[in-house]
Amino acid sequence: MAERVGVYVCHCGSNIAGMVDVEEVARWAGANLKDVVVARDYKFMCSSLGQAMIEEDIKKEGLTRVVVAACSPHLHEKTFRRACENAGLNPYLCQMTNIREHVSWVSKDRAKATEKARALVAAAVERVKHQAPLEPFFVKVNPATLVIGGGIAGLQATLELADAGYPVYLVERTPSIGGHMAQFDKTFPTLDCSACILTPKMSEAGQHPNVTLFTYAEVEEVSGSVGHFRVKIRKKARYVEEDKCTGCGICVEKCPRKVVDHDFEAGLGYRKAIYTPFPQAVPRIPVIDVESCIWFERQKCRACEKLCPTGAINFDQKDEEITLDVGNIIVATGWKMFDCKKIPQYGYGRLANVFTALEFERMCNAAGPTGGKIVLRDGKTEPQSVAIIHCVGSRDSNHNEYCSGICCMAALKFGHLVLEKTKAEVYSFYIDMRTNQKGYEEFYHRLLEEGMHFVRGKVAEVTDAARRPEEAGKLIIQVEDTLMGKQRRIPVDMVILMGALEPQADAKELGLKLGISCSMAGWYTERHPKLDPVATMTDGIFVAGVCQGPKDIPASVAQGAAAAARVMAMITKGDVMIEPVVASIIEEKCSGCRICNNLCPYNAIEYDAEKQVSRVITAMCKGCGTCVAACPAGAITGAHFSNEQVFAEIEGILWDAVHGNGGAGVKEGQPVSA
Amino acid sequence: MKYAYYPGCSLECSSAAYDMSVRAVADLLGIELREIDDWNCCGATEYFSQDELTACAVIARNLALIEPQLDQVVAPCAACYLNLRKVDSLMKEDPALADKINQCLAAGRLHYDPGRVRVRHLLDLIHTDIGETAIKDKVVQPLTGLRVACYYGCQIVRPYDGFDNPEQPVKLDELMTWVGAEVVDFPVKAHCCGGHMTQISEPQAFELIRRLLHNAAEYRADLILCMCPMCQLNLDAYQNRVNSFFGTNYQIPIIFFTQLLGVAFGLDWKKLGFGKEIVPAEPVLRKKLTAPAATA
Repeated sequence: MAERVGVYVCHCGSNIAGMVDVEEVARWAGANLKDVVVARDYKFMCSSLGQAMIEEDIKKEGLTRVVVAACSPHLHEKTFRRACENAGLNPYLCQMTNIREHVSWVSKDRAKATEKARALVAAAVERVKHQAPLEPFFVKVNPATLVIGGGIAGLQATLELADAGYPVYLVERTPSIGGHMAQFDKTFPTLDCSACILTPKMSEAGQHPNVTLFTYAEVEEVSGSVGHFRVKIRKKARYVEEDKCTGCGICVEKCPRKVVDHDFEAGLGYRKAIYTPFPQAVPRIPVIDVESCIWFERQKCRACEKLCPTGAINFDQKDEEITLDVGNIIVATGWKMFDCKKIPQYGYGRLANVFTALEFERMCNAAGPTGGKIVLRDGKTEPQSVAIIHCVGSRDSNHNEYCSGICCMAALKFGHLVLEKTKAEVYSFYIDMRTNQKGYEEFYHRLLEEGMHFVRGKVAEVTDAARRPEEAGKLIIQVEDTLMGKQRRIPVDMVILMGALEPQADAKELGLKLGISCSMAGWYTERHPKLDPVATMTDGIFVAGVCQGPKDIPASVAQGAAAAARVMAMITKGDVMIEPVVASIIEEKCSGCRICNNLCPYNAIEYDAEKQVSRVITAMCKGCGTCVAACPAGAITGAHFSNEQVFAEIEGILWDAVHGNGGAGVKEGQPVSA
Repeated sequence: MKYAYYPGCSLECSSAAYDMSVRAVADLLGIELREIDDWNCCGATEYFSQDELTACAVIARNLALIEPQLDQVVAPCAACYLNLRKVDSLMKEDPALADKINQCLAAGRLHYDPGRVRVRHLLDLIHTDIGETAIKDKVVQPLTGLRVACYYGCQIVRPYDGFDNPEQPVKLDELMTWVGAEVVDFPVKAHCCGGHMTQISEPQAFELIRRLLHNAAEYRADLILCMCPMCQLNLDAYQNRVNSFFGTNYQIPIIFFTQLLGVAFGLDWKKLGFGKEIVPAEPVLRKKLTAPAATA
């Protein structure tokens, strides 16, 4: 029996109709495409009236298949599937084709756009006829959650979930939770002490009965899918046994090896070979850095071991692999700072008194290497003038095009701290001042009144090549002051580079393990930039904080809490619907070659050694189709993406070329051209 | 390794030392330089401000004259290098202009397809194509103790993204380290020497030259290495005028980097063109390089 297909072409206001002759596409489909019994266009097909129209047609016209030509299925596939279901049609017998993102938004020629829309509709009609009814299935959601990254965003998410009564595993790569915020002295614009507001959260996470901390640990492997992920983490050897260590700190005190701390102190201070990154670290369990430990270098010393009162030092400790089962994952891996040496004309690494923003944060911190004193690299001289250069590596087509968002405010904060702690003149070299959150513009005005100098212009270079006697021994800022329209040379003692926020070096790699994607710049991509900012395209994986894009502390905290709320909704509901778009293996055809076993990116294929056939674990299959394409015996079928369906779609799209005019799927005796 | 060689006018006369040392060093390193037959002046910077099409055609003629079996051309002069690259890329970007240029060339029965020849600067070629190991192998007179300031000027690294960082280039610094010299920090290494400004306004030109000499002196450089005839001429020939203008007393020899490479390779100083510079380089070299080449 022939199928009865309904075709619905959406105007999307003028979004589609402005470039595609939608009325003509509908008329043409109704007149020319085989088995199409109804074809309509409508202003907004996703509106309740549009949906009602489809539902009514299904009932009255006895439609057995529905094609909606509108926007991306990411946006409205659910809507139209629901409409079909309401009218008693299996939702998988509805096919969407995208004539907005794929046609109207990317076309300039109306006639050609209309022609392309016609081809896409023909393809969808041919395909939908081969689609089969499918039933979704449900899996239970494991109430435990994995949070990756113990910075402020990850901490917030952890505490929200733990306080709601759900178990959380918090994995942090460094020896302590706290993230970048632990390095800062003050936070803008209120100037409250960063540690004072952060450390209560850190210790709460450290002691919470629902939180299991894994510090100095990395995520190695992620398998499974929403509701039931299985995660392998590698706990790196600390060489200190966590259950024995009391955090007394004798080992650190007595360790004879002192090295420059490039991590927490940003290269400005020192740490021992056995260390906790900072006094309020959580947990307070030190780590031995094998790169600098004398024992690992030349098998001597072991002073820490001899002096430890509880015998917690263990030089034989090995990395440990731990497997966790969780229902959801929140990724909050943060950022790293741009390598300022990539802009050699600013002299970082060559000119001693050029500092990065992170170095300066540590310098301002009362617990930092200078005890909070603002001094030159010699460790004692107070600067008489300080230049702060904005947008170092941001808003720069040679490096990162994006704005790092927080640097203007951080620069103002630095300006305030310099003015407060020293008698120095402070210059800010900015392109545009961006202070658009609550209380930020007011803070900018405060600095204007405090006497910080603002020079609008991108600095050409920082040089020690003096031209005039008054420049001798100084760092000279060469800049075009674009408000004065003049080249200026301003000699200063100290320069602070506001380096860009960049994605972690291994963000892409972790993204691959998790099955989430990154933007061109390397930030994790959210499901929708406006309406779904913490979800990702992979169900059960959420993002929070700077790993999704540059943002300040309040925004990171908000995202951490938002991600936790999304996870709680999943846990409360208890189960999650799984799309029935999965692969299945016809056992009679399977030769047991196991090619598919290794290719499956989700480890969703198991091998039955007894019967010598492979089998798809349906709950883990994501329907990617890799195995379907790879199977040499053609024994694997992808539901909703069968060969039959895909070939029908291809023939449909080539309706005017397959057999000349009157090609596949075209009604006999009908004129096919528009 | 065979390359078309475009010496340019400066190397014929005012910078003969550059030409001599380039040929001597290339010979030793096994670089075969095939001088373009009947090449003409690149027009320097002036011609472009007069008439772009003529300026381009004059330059394109040299590209068109390159033997078909050669696909790279090397120009030691910074201005020549820039002009050849400029015309090649202009022709690539603007097919209409390329057509017009080829119409001009047709009068001389010549034709150039943009992109056929890759334009290289000599420094890039020695640094990249020859490389560290081969260079180090050839050193018989290490330049230990000699403090050199590497001066790149503006045209080699800008505006085209080339073989080195446009703001703080390092390739010559690296090359000099390979042959044992002590490379001083020289923050003005990519600043302008003033070019032809000496002919238009001496005070401005002299100030630009003074900045370079002053910076090299501050870092106690024994000499400044150039890779552009214009830079070398300005810093060397005008050094005394700059001294009397500002009441300073700089005595810094200005030589081409290939000359010093030749010294490190133990080549005969006369064949490297020493003695043609105005601030003499030989006394400084003799004082600093204690071990004579023969015993090295």
